[in-house]
Parts: sequence; structure tokens; C-alpha cells
Amino acid sequence: MTKKTSIGSKLYTALVFIFLYAPIAVLIVFSFNSGKSTSVFEGFSLYWYKELFNDSATLSAFKNSMIVAVVSSVISTIMGTAAATAIHGYKNKFFKSSIMTVTNIPMMNPEIVTGVSMMLLFVFIGSLFGKTGTLGFVTLIIAHTTFELPYVILNVLPKLRQTDPHLAEAAQDLGCTPAQAFFKVMLPAIMPGIISGLMMAFTLSVDDFIISYFVSGTDSQTLPIRIFSMTKRRVTPDMYALSTLIFLAILVLLIVSNIISAHGDKKLSKKEKGGAKK
Amino acid sequence: MNKKSSLMSRLAGAPYIVWAALFIIVPLCMVAYYAFTDTTGAFTFDNVSGIGKYADTFILSIWLGLLATVICLFVAYPLAYIMAAKGPEKQSTMTMLIMLPMWMNFLLRTYSWMTILEDNGLLTTAINSAINLINDTILANNALSFSLDPVHLINTRGAVVVGMVYNFLPYMILPIYTVMLKTDRSLIEAAQDLGGNKLAVFKNVTIPLTVPGIVSGFTMVFVPSVSTFYISQKLGGTGTILIGDIIETQFQTANNFNLGASLSFVLMILIFICLAVMNRFSDDDGGVII
Repeated sequence: MTKKTSIGSKLYTALVFIFLYAPIAVLIVFSFNSGKSTSVFEGFSLYWYKELFNDSATLSAFKNSMIVAVVSSVISTIMGTAAATAIHGYKNKFFKSSIMTVTNIPMMNPEIVTGVSMMLLFVFIGSLFGKTGTLGFVTLIIAHTTFELPYVILNVLPKLRQTDPHLAEAAQDLGCTPAQAFFKVMLPAIMPGIISGLMMAFTLSVDDFIISYFVSGTDSQTLPIRIFSMTKRRVTPDMYALSTLIFLAILVLLIVSNIISAHGDKKLSKKEKGGAKK
Repeated sequence: MNKKSSLMSRLAGAPYIVWAALFIIVPLCMVAYYAFTDTTGAFTFDNVSGIGKYADTFILSIWLGLLATVICLFVAYPLAYIMAAKGPEKQSTMTMLIMLPMWMNFLLRTYSWMTILEDNGLLTTAINSAINLINDTILANNALSFSLDPVHLINTRGAVVVGMVYNFLPYMILPIYTVMLKTDRSLIEAAQDLGGNKLAVFKNVTIPLTVPGIVSGFTMVFVPSVSTFYISQKLGGTGTILIGDIIETQFQTANNFNLGASLSFVLMILIFICLAVMNRFSDDDGGVII
């Protein structure tokens, strides 16, 4: 009986994963197509990979994406960590909960509404100064920072709650200034939350299309916007080549980070064992 | 000294509060402002009252979004259940495998479905050759006097729903799985010990315990599905215009910001009402459990 159900569950799991990976498999297979088609496979070739590296518009869009992601994720991580520390310390419950409600808005709101609302703000401010081309790098970075902030705050807050509040006080009793107490004691304690917030902010930024689509100008195309404008026409397999490369990069990154964390766990358990012996 | 540190930590929040006011609150006010003014900036109800024209589009968007969300729930729940019963190593591999597709650009993933579903695409060709085979057998045996028509998948509402389910399924699996991991297995065992059969335990214990996961999965799938425009553009053709498509057109090609803003405004309110109803639903259920 149990064996029967386990075969059923294995089959089900396999079906769901086939569904999830079929389009990705199609992308990867057709990136090696020697012909121009994205539905008839004519033969194996690396032609589209070569083509990709000759496509200056795509490469510059990739560069733009990286710049926006790095700048916005650093700003949102610093501002978000400071904000989380402050929110954690607020005694006024009403004030605290209203800030959290506002923080949740960009996560709850449909992305298209967030994008549209920021576009309207930037266009409105531009019209006050009589300018038309207000949309560009700056607006893109502002918008990305805004939608990344909630994720940073929500990653850091739980770490602050887990940290013993007496730690900072103890450091101050031992002669640290409040600033030293924060940077030397609190910051290392909440570092894992900050790092996962930063990583999340970065990946959200690289991946974002909908919000960027409304707040970017012609000179600040990011990679997803470039892909969008290419998929408006018939897509050539060089886009598939690009996504295959991105997929491989992420796969390698995930495997490496998994190995590192598994290694860390082993070390930790060894240490614990060593401690127990003593 | 303590006062000094608390003042400092309070000041640390100031940049964020200013930022949130400027770039979260003010933009929403701008949406309301544009929704209730005309091109000259004069106050008007025309945009909002003219929305009745788009009632069908709103209903279609909500219907397809709801359909996709419910399908996601029925696909995700068993998988989350299976995952939660596995060992820790298998669990982390499976979580990674579920998250991995989300890191691929969603435009390209959707585009890939287009090549699968189009008339000379992989799936359509496979299904139609099977249909031809069946038709030939029917003809050869003279058994029946009908034949099956070849299927057409792309540019249908079904294709749009497939696209939504595909893109947002991980958002349903992961929250349900997380809640299942946290639930106390001994509660389920206790229910079994107390004589509940499998179905009764599942219905009365497992499902109520996982309601928070279902609610958050529901929100995370429903909101992007209702407001999507790319999926419907690529997979729905001209026959499936969703509310996201109309908003996108107003801002990107038609340049009618006032109409676009009023549509966004109504969409936002509709979604907040849906979320409030969902949250109420989960709170009530939580009360019942306690």
C-alpha cells in the first residue's frame, strides 16, 4: 500500500517538474539551433552565442541592468537596515504599525500600479519644471530602491527580534559609544539578515520588468526591457542563448552557495561536538 | 546614555520615512489625482464614471486570475504535501528546483510557451498528429462516422491561464510548503489515534492548519495574475484583452494618463478588497482552530 502511494507521489512530482522545466528545456535546446526558427530544430550550432556577443544593444542593456541593480540594492540595504533598527526600537505601537502598513504597500500592490504611480509622479515633477524627458537612470534607481526596501526591512527585522537587547547595553556598559555598540555588536548579529536582504534586493532588481518598463527612458533600457522590445517582433534564438547563459550562471551560483552552506553546517556541527566533549 | 542611543536609532529611521512618504504615499496620491482630473488639470468624474465601459474586461481579468489561482492551489497542495514528508536533503533540493525557474526572465519563459503552443509548435504538433492517427483508425475501421478536429492552442483564454499557472505556481507551492513544515505532525497523529480516517484527518486537521499558507499563496498568485499584461499579449492574442493590457496601452501608446490612472485606481481598490476578504477568511479560520 505504502509503496503504491509512493509511486503515485513520485509520478505526480515528476509531472509538476516536467511542467516547470519544459519551457526552459525548449529555450536551451533552441539556443543551439543552426536555423533562425524557434520551433523547428535544424541542427546544432553555436552561431547564436556568437551573434549575442556581437549585439551591442543587448550587452549595453545588460550593463545598465547591473548598474541599476548594484546601486539600488546597496542604497536599499543601507537605508532598510537603518529603518529596521529604528522600527524595532519604536515604542509607539500605532506609529510602528502604520510604518509597517506603508512598508507592505509595494509588496501588496500589483506591480503595474506601482510602476504607473511612480511614472505619474516623475512625469508630474518633470512637468512642474517644464521638462519632458524626466525618465531615465535616476528614476529607474529610485523606483528599484523603493520596491526593494520592504524586502530588506522584512529580512532584517526578524534578526533584530532574535538578538538579545541586552547585548548592546552590555557593550555600552563596557565602554562602547552607542555607535560602536551598534557597529561592533548589533551589526554582526544581524548580518545574515542584511546579506539575505541585499541578495534578494539585487535579484529582484535584475529580474524586474513591469516597474522598470514604466519608469525607464530610452537611454536607460535594462535587460528585461530589451528582451520585451525584442519579443514584440519574431524572436531570434540569440535571446535563447542569452537566457541559457543566465540560467547556467544561476545554477552554478545556487550549487556553490548550497555547497558552502552545507560545508558551514558540517563545521558547525563539528564545533558543537568538540564543545560537548569538553 | 540610553537616551542618546534611542535618539540615534530613531533618527536612523528618518531617511526611510521620508523616502516612503515621497515614493510610496505621494505616487498613490498622484494616481488618485490623475484619476479625478482631465488633461488640463481640472477636477472631473468623467474618467472614473467612464470605467463602466471596461466592466467586461475587469470581469474577464478577475475570472481568469481566479481560475489560474485555483488551478495553482490544486496543483501545489499535493506537491507541498509530498515535499513536506521528504527528508531534509531532498527537501532542500526540491525547494531549489522549484525556485530555479523563477530566476529565469519571465518574459522569455512566457515566450517559450508561445513556441510550445503555436500551431506548428511542439505540443500542438504532437496532439494533432495523435488526433490524425485516431481519425485514420476510425476511417479505416469505418466504425464511426465522425472525426476529431485538430486543436488550436495559442491565442486562446486557456493558453493565458496556462501561462499564469506556469509563471506563478512556485508562489503557491512555497508558502504552503513552509506552513506544512512548521505544523506539528503530532497533531495529525493525534487525530489518527483518536479514530479519524485518512480523509477526515486531512479535511479537519491538515487543511485548517495550512490555511495561512493557502491564503498567502492565493494572494501571491492572484494579484500578479489579475494585473498581468505580458502573458495575455503573448498567449492570448487579440481575443483576450485584460485590464493590465488596457492600462499598459494608456501609458505606453495612447498617452491617456487620466484614463490609465483611473483604471489603475479601480484595480488597486478591487485588489485591496479581495485581500481584505481573504485575510478576514483566514482570521476566522484561525479563531475556529483555537
